[in-house]
Amino acid sequence: MNGRQDNMIERPAETVAEAALDPLPWKILEPLPRSPSAKAAQASQGTIGDKLFYSVTKCFALFIILLAVLLVFYLFHGSWQAIQRFGWHFLIGTTWDPVAEIFGTLPTIVGTLVKSFLAILIAVPISFASAIFLALYAPRWLRNPLSFLIELLAAIPSVVFGLWGLFVLVPVVRIWQIWLKSHFGWFPLFNGPAVYGVGVLAAGLILAIMITPIITAISRDLLRAVPRSQMEAMLALGATRWEAVWKAVLPYARVGLVGAVVLGLGRAVGETMAVTLVGGNAFKLVTSLFDPVHSMASQIASEFTEATYNLYVSSLIYVGLVLFGITIVLGLLSQLLIWRLSRGQVGILE
Amino acid sequence: MGAGEKIRLIRRSLVDKAALGFMVISTVLTICVLGLILGYVIIQGSGYINWSFLTSLPTPVGEGGGGIANALVGSLIVVGIASLMAVPIGVGAAVFANEYRSRWLGWFVRFLADVFTGVPAIVVGLFAYAMVVQPMGSFSAFSGSVAYAFLMIPILVISAQEALRLVPNSIREASLALGVPVWKTILRIVLPTCSRALMTGLLLAFARALGEASPMLFTAFGNSFWNVDLTKPIATVPLVIYRYAVAPYDDWHAQAWAASLILVFIVLIASSLTRLAFRSRLDD
Amino acid sequence: MIEAATKRLEAPIVDSKRPILEVNSLNAYYGKTHAVKDVSLEIQAQAITAMIGPSGCGKSTLLRCINRMHEVTRGASATGQILLDGRDLYAAGVNVTQVRRRVGMVFQKPNPFPTMSIYENVAAGLRLNGLHDRKALDQRVERSLRMAALWDEVKDRLRRPGAGLSGGQQQRLCIARALAIDPEVLLLDEPCSALDPVSTSRIEELIIELSKNYTIVIVTHNLQQASRVSDYTAFMYLGELIEFSKTEKMFRNPDKKQTEDYITGRFG
Repeated sequence: MNGRQDNMIERPAETVAEAALDPLPWKILEPLPRSPSAKAAQASQGTIGDKLFYSVTKCFALFIILLAVLLVFYLFHGSWQAIQRFGWHFLIGTTWDPVAEIFGTLPTIVGTLVKSFLAILIAVPISFASAIFLALYAPRWLRNPLSFLIELLAAIPSVVFGLWGLFVLVPVVRIWQIWLKSHFGWFPLFNGPAVYGVGVLAAGLILAIMITPIITAISRDLLRAVPRSQMEAMLALGATRWEAVWKAVLPYARVGLVGAVVLGLGRAVGETMAVTLVGGNAFKLVTSLFDPVHSMASQIASEFTEATYNLYVSSLIYVGLVLFGITIVLGLLSQLLIWRLSRGQVGILE
Repeated sequence: MGAGEKIRLIRRSLVDKAALGFMVISTVLTICVLGLILGYVIIQGSGYINWSFLTSLPTPVGEGGGGIANALVGSLIVVGIASLMAVPIGVGAAVFANEYRSRWLGWFVRFLADVFTGVPAIVVGLFAYAMVVQPMGSFSAFSGSVAYAFLMIPILVISAQEALRLVPNSIREASLALGVPVWKTILRIVLPTCSRALMTGLLLAFARALGEASPMLFTAFGNSFWNVDLTKPIATVPLVIYRYAVAPYDDWHAQAWAASLILVFIVLIASSLTRLAFRSRLDD
Repeated sequence: MIEAATKRLEAPIVDSKRPILEVNSLNAYYGKTHAVKDVSLEIQAQAITAMIGPSGCGKSTLLRCINRMHEVTRGASATGQILLDGRDLYAAGVNVTQVRRRVGMVFQKPNPFPTMSIYENVAAGLRLNGLHDRKALDQRVERSLRMAALWDEVKDRLRRPGAGLSGGQQQRLCIARALAIDPEVLLLDEPCSALDPVSTSRIEELIIELSKNYTIVIVTHNLQQASRVSDYTAFMYLGELIEFSKTEKMFRNPDKKQTEDYITGRFG
């Protein structure tokens, strides 16, 4: 050791007898190697523990990638029989006949998209309005509790939305349907069966309720990321507050906002339990807002346990694969749009 | 000021007020819907909740009584096993992505986690069916856990990464400067420092899985009897709600509401806690 | 103690010269930015060496190279040689954790571990490096806190969180934490920049006191501080070591024009 230890003993020890301290273990065990070679030292010379820990966490990270590969592989694996049998025609086929073993899923794709777009149509104005209010108008004491409540809505399980939709929303929708049909029955969208309540309209409404909090939360974060100066510049020109929002803030955030809508669309497309409970679940092409029709998810959910032979199961997994494809495209697109503006600063977790 | 100018000014201020009005109405509407749903679940569900509902098995239709004890335990088992699988993977991958700054792997892991959050739960169920149920030849609690684990992993990765970001770099440097190896710095200093945020992330993932019914349709499948065997079908609460909701018996509907109340209660507590833990980040 | 202090006055440090650290043609980079350019200097044992210079001159980077904390930063790298007691810290096969146990560091902002108590903060380095004996821990924690002149203020609340202390106390806690693992060299990176004047003067007293037992290198942007506490001063500018000499000489009669300009406040 160096001369320091001696110095310490010379110091008037206060209460702790410093001489009594045992030397620290690492000072005895590992002296520095005496090798005065002047080499570049970039990579840190870690211990075995470091290398092991690094490898283990890296394995977990790689496992996430493996998981993605497995997901795609097993979806193809499960649907392979149907893919071989029907190929691309599965996507445009309009017959779903388990007895004749003919499967085509165009009506459910259309049904899914119609319900989801209806949901977007309802949800977007409300979400954007709430988001603008929360991001730019509401004072802090109001903003946080309101945001919290809206995010709570996003946390309610899908099946509970479905239950509520089935027993509370559907009877109300049925009354609307009857009224709309009797007054505006000449309008093709309202010229459907007005007896069920369940159907495109109910599903669209419940989906709108489910995606509103998601779109609101993301839009709010995006709007708050817009530099305050954008709005202030417009206000300074004599614009009203709304004009400043409309002409400065919204254009600035528009790419991200489109991303938020696409993300909401993706969630609507993949939503299962609520849609299964209120969507009506009939295999037919949509012609009116009142039609009870399947969406892809509800068809899988409601028919899977009845699928009695392999090709039937395989066809249902094929539907799942198509659903996966659509949601992945929407998901990637939304990530791209949201990231482009915020560079990943906006979480979609809540 | 001319009359035309005056009218324009009035019109602009009316538009301004109308816009604000629409915003307020939209916000209030959204919160009213939340209130409506919660209100219904509480009113319809609370009537049926009692000790026997929580502790007894389902009874055949018409017999009255009956509970969801098997589904409660089943849900806890399936989600519990899923957590055991998902937590090391999710947190480990997040640690790698955040602490080691690998050039592309870290970014890619986060990217995949974001993509995974958009994969519909029912597709995850199909995946677990094709990967576990088909080779094993039967529905099982374990296959349900696999599906839930898949749903939990992206939430864990993202929340753990957010949690790790809350730890200031100066804390890492303080530990490294004491000659503590990197792995010990992460395990003993960094992770404990953000343990609260990590726990709430886990809670969020747990709650998300707990409420998810669709992947269970063809994995855990459901069971009207008592089961704790991982290789056999098992009942879970959300799936019971679905099955009871579509059945034509009022008694079952009442039970579905009661089960929903339990589920909503757990889920709302979890997300409230999450909100509190990440408040500093959200409020900036 | 008095004896030691008078020894310092009577015997100029030049005479008891014993370099503990030798920096030989050190170059440090952040990515492509060349932050430290071919710096060589010797640091004397049991003395205080100050590094001064305008911000961005590479003084903190040089300091961080001495306990190999520089490479913790993303994209950072260094070449050259730093000898501690004649052994190269940058040689192949050197365990970085070893280096950092022997060369302690205190940072610009106080950074106690937020989840730990005062006691645990000081004991952290010992525990995490494998010392678990309760009695030895108690002794070393007390000794470190005494050396950091914090013991009397915190001895009754060792179990309270370290984050509850005032800024100056937190910084002394960080010094105690660094001292607990018994380093040979203590690096201080602008330790007073986040503190009020009273806390600053306490830390300065502490540094002078510690220099009896430890070799101290302090980076500071405060010229008065450098002249008050240090025995030697290094002036850096744009990554280069412009001048390195005894503090007295540096502030009275610098060799280089640039040094004089900086010290008299004509730039930086």
